[in-house]
Amino acid sequence: MPQVTLTVNGKQHTVEVENRTLLVEVLREKLALTGTHVGCDTSQCGACVVHVDGVSAKSCTMLAVQAAGTSVLTIEGLAAADGTLHPMQEMFREHHALQCGFCTPGMVMSAIDLVNNHPAGLTEQEIRDGLEGNLCRCTGYHNIVKAIAAAHPLMHAKA
Amino acid sequence: MYDFAYQKPASLADAVKALGADSEAKALAGGMTYIPVLKQRLAKPSTIVDLSGLGLTGITVTGGTVTIGAMTTHVAVANSAAVKAAIPALAALAGGIGDEAVRHRGTIGGSIANNDPAADYPAAALALGATIKTDRRSIKADDFFTGLFSTALEQGEIVTAVEFPVAAKAAYEKFRNPASRYAIVGVFVAQTSAGARVAVTGAGQGGVFRHTAMEAALAGNFSAAAIKGVTTSPADLNGDIHASSEYRAHLVGVIAGRAVAKAG
Amino acid sequence: MGFEGIGASVRRKEDSRFLNGRGNYTDDINRPGQLHAYVKRSDRAHATIGGIDISAAAKAPGVVAVFTGADLAKEEIGGLPCGWQIHNKDGSPMAEPPHPVLAVGKVRHVGDPIAVVIAETKQQAKDAAELLSIGYTDLPAAASLAAALAPGAPTVHDEVAGNICYDWQIGDKAVVDGVFAGAHKVVRLDLMNNRLIPNAMEPRAAIGDYDVNSGEYTLYTTSQNPHVIRLLMGAFVLHIPENKLRVVAPDVGGGFGSKIYHYAEEAIVTWASAKVRRPVKWTAERTESFISDAHGRDHVSVAEMAVDAQGKFLGLRVSTQANMGAYLSTFAPCVPTYLYATLLAGCYTTPVIYCEVKAVFTNTVPVDAYRGAGRPEAAFLLERLVDAVALDTGIDRVELRRRNFIPVDAFPYQTPVALAYDSGDYQTTLRVALKNADWDGFEARRTAAKARGKLRGIGISTYLEACGIAPSAVAGSLGARAGLYEVANIRVHPTGSVTVFTGSHSHGQGHETTFAQLVVDQLGVPLDQIDVVHGDTAKIPFGMGTYGSRSLAVGGSAMVKAMDKIIAKGKKIAAHLMEASVEDIEFANNTFTVAGTDKSKTLTDISLAAYVPHNYPIEELEPGLDETAFYDPKNFTFPGGCHIGEVEIDPETGVVQVVNFTAVDDVGRVINPMIVEGQVQGGIAQGIGQALLEAAVYDENGQLMSGSMMDYTMPRADNLPNIHVATENTMCTHNPLGSKGCGEVGAIGSPPAVINAICDALKEYGVRHMNMPATSGKIWSIINAGPSKMAAE
Repeated sequence: MPQVTLTVNGKQHTVEVENRTLLVEVLREKLALTGTHVGCDTSQCGACVVHVDGVSAKSCTMLAVQAAGTSVLTIEGLAAADGTLHPMQEMFREHHALQCGFCTPGMVMSAIDLVNNHPAGLTEQEIRDGLEGNLCRCTGYHNIVKAIAAAHPLMHAKA
Repeated sequence: MYDFAYQKPASLADAVKALGADSEAKALAGGMTYIPVLKQRLAKPSTIVDLSGLGLTGITVTGGTVTIGAMTTHVAVANSAAVKAAIPALAALAGGIGDEAVRHRGTIGGSIANNDPAADYPAAALALGATIKTDRRSIKADDFFTGLFSTALEQGEIVTAVEFPVAAKAAYEKFRNPASRYAIVGVFVAQTSAGARVAVTGAGQGGVFRHTAMEAALAGNFSAAAIKGVTTSPADLNGDIHASSEYRAHLVGVIAGRAVAKAG
Repeated sequence: MGFEGIGASVRRKEDSRFLNGRGNYTDDINRPGQLHAYVKRSDRAHATIGGIDISAAAKAPGVVAVFTGADLAKEEIGGLPCGWQIHNKDGSPMAEPPHPVLAVGKVRHVGDPIAVVIAETKQQAKDAAELLSIGYTDLPAAASLAAALAPGAPTVHDEVAGNICYDWQIGDKAVVDGVFAGAHKVVRLDLMNNRLIPNAMEPRAAIGDYDVNSGEYTLYTTSQNPHVIRLLMGAFVLHIPENKLRVVAPDVGGGFGSKIYHYAEEAIVTWASAKVRRPVKWTAERTESFISDAHGRDHVSVAEMAVDAQGKFLGLRVSTQANMGAYLSTFAPCVPTYLYATLLAGCYTTPVIYCEVKAVFTNTVPVDAYRGAGRPEAAFLLERLVDAVALDTGIDRVELRRRNFIPVDAFPYQTPVALAYDSGDYQTTLRVALKNADWDGFEARRTAAKARGKLRGIGISTYLEACGIAPSAVAGSLGARAGLYEVANIRVHPTGSVTVFTGSHSHGQGHETTFAQLVVDQLGVPLDQIDVVHGDTAKIPFGMGTYGSRSLAVGGSAMVKAMDKIIAKGKKIAAHLMEASVEDIEFANNTFTVAGTDKSKTLTDISLAAYVPHNYPIEELEPGLDETAFYDPKNFTFPGGCHIGEVEIDPETGVVQVVNFTAVDDVGRVINPMIVEGQVQGGIAQGIGQALLEAAVYDENGQLMSGSMMDYTMPRADNLPNIHVATENTMCTHNPLGSKGCGEVGAIGSPPAVINAICDALKEYGVRHMNMPATSGKIWSIINAGPSKMAAE
């Protein structure tokens, strides 16, 4: 079986996979990082979004073999070692931007990417447009939009 | 998906060889369309030849031509200062493909070679009169797109770059499928050295097509007013649960008008 | 630590695990030695199956077992039971054809399960399933209500003539007809309620795990009500007694009704795990969810209102056809009857109502409750009809509603369709909503929009709904085969911390927080010393689960009752410890006090004494401080309110954007305003989705055209506006909390508000009604046809 070496949340792993194995299957089934979810099979829901080499990617639409040599960040790797939440996680909590929690990991990873890509600021419309690749069935997005707007100054103040 | 062999060649020659050796082998660029196809078990390639090791990335602008390496991602095109300066409509188009996570991995070469009838890049290539460079030749966009999911590429032929002549004016507008967010109608208009060109994606039964009636109307007067009365026959257009062919025909006119107005 | 009790917007206790990727959803669970199941489903809408050749699949790499319906039949495995029996007009029971776990002899919808392949990996199971050879002979399909009711229609179940599941009625037809005959005016509307696919973000999953030593089965499943699944599956399908069957519903990623029902896959993995003596896991792919999760709604109706010259409603007459799909899902029969027709009074004084409902089998996925369940259908019909009355009589639509509201001094109010409302104040929710939406400023906004080339409209919906089906005895008399109470067990531990074991289930509603707030309020224990446990039949005495916005009103009330018992017992212990009379003991702020003295004991003093009973009234009281209550509500609760939608239409493309949305709801007592707002916003998003975007579309052959997220439009962030939510509450009078429920109001009130706004925007085009979803193509067709005279003019 092919072997793939990749770094996940700062730790290097070598895993045996089939060529058809998806990155999300490696994360969930080989590395027990079950925070990354699978909500659809047509690359639309975004529950599986992680960062690959610093930018968002749908881990259900990437072969594990394509991820060889990359550095992957998942929701589990976001909080500091002492448990301090990333500002985006904190603002999701503060603004009740999650209900069932299933879309949340992908939503948070996409939201961080969105804020990273817009250092100058984000309008409400830009946030709504920027969430095109992530579906939430619970919140109506209202509080997700609020949380991202609130996280923006915190993330860029820190940087 | 079905399992397959996987190769990631380090040179174009090796990639061509790998694809040429096996008619069931398939090239993989960003995989944003092809991996979903594999997941649905709609394709059963023997070997996946991953083109990401070939270095076919990068954007250069020289002498009125924007050349984009086939493996350049949509995000790279969308964010390129050079593309924004030379053909802003092209950067804007790239920035509107799929969603951000898709744009991080999807490539221009993959989009062009796949020729999905609702994809955006084919409209730009056709309207701007692009030239598709491959491992073995150059193909004019007018000759490249031959039908739904089909192109002039030979078995094993690899797109290496796309050359876009800089247009005097250009713009792309798209009316999205509310569910998939692919184009129900996308219209790329350009005032080029060869005259006005209008390419329509998403709507045609045969994939992307040039709207010659609109091009004629725009020839002497590149304005939204000039194409106001130009109609599109629904006969050759798609109809589905999202849009009838009549509605698509109407939208072609509206979206083209908006594109021309946007081009200025 | 600030105020954490009832009324505080406490941040959620459950968020930490979800935000860190440490949720524990069913598919996150892996059991040692686990195998994977792939369910082979019919790709035909209607066909007989001559035979199934499993030989090649059984020999494929990694395959451990292949089972078909014949294997289940050999072991006398039962069909999936239906939990509600409706009776026809003539008193005879509804048609209730078998619903086999795996198809036997015939498939009846695309997605009908035929066989299961169990293998070492899920890919191997899926690979092998392609080797199954199924001898289909296609039959013509009845893929819609119209097709199934047409003369000579294909018969979905051979034993059900004309595909009629039941033909039911409520009200006195002769009386209502009489009122119509003498009415000043009759206003009629023909409408449909679109078919929806719930699409909770977590696909369904199930793991069966059989313990050979104990003979105990454990089922991990994505369920809103694990005890109900244990009862239905254990008693009716697999014949496993409760003591040998544990059902765990861990973190569940949204339900919206679709995870209430007992599904075939739950029975398959549970049964198969004993057959293969290894745990068996099944997880749906999303495209599979589209053809295997119960769908929602799908009504065709004719509605008529008789009115007098002043616009007073004199009578309502409704005839509805309801699509049941191919089989009866768990609660399907009650949705278009007792959750629909009984709501047709709405918040109006309509004195007589008649409704008849034909439930129809079709070659489509079973239809059951989806967020709102029957009540959105009633609200859409009624609020559209009221706007049509306004149009036809020339009476202002707000004034018309005011004239017909049940007045605030009329409660309790007995409607002509069985329900008795306990409280409400419809004038107030209307008045506040009009103000919050700046209704009076609308015409200026319409004019401004017109200058930008947009058609702007505003629409109102003054809806009413009913939550927490109750009481059990009444539900039973109406055909329910289950009780509808809830259970709470409150355990005060020796050192004063508290665990709540609730039969309600949280799959996004935030019970771990709001239920803890009830304990803060009643027992005075700090929030961080309270845990709420749900979703495990091994831990919780019993429970009916979460649906119909019942958890707080019914489950919360059970908690209050259990805590009353804790306090009562605590008082006896306190009286003993402080050598006082029980009657003199007061309890407040976590402390038992002897009235009129400074003698007191904390709850922790009492709980310690209860578990370390050295100085304890052991002759009169058992040790421990652990109480259980079963609470059976006296009545439904009746949330209601006013929703106002404002839309802009691009006349060139027909695209509608909801630009403002204002909701003022009466949900009774609010425990956590932040969570209530979130629930209402989410419900409204689903309502706007129904109004504008979502539709399950079948072709005439029974193929689902909207069979994936590529073709079924899920609302995205850019489809929705900011949603302005407020409450104006009257208290429920018959439960101890005064709470009514907030989970469904958004999905119930919003669709007619949006469609009414669209009809308002398009009034110059003579639009009197539009069915959902109001897609851009549909609107363009209207605009393209050109302006016309309004029907009423």
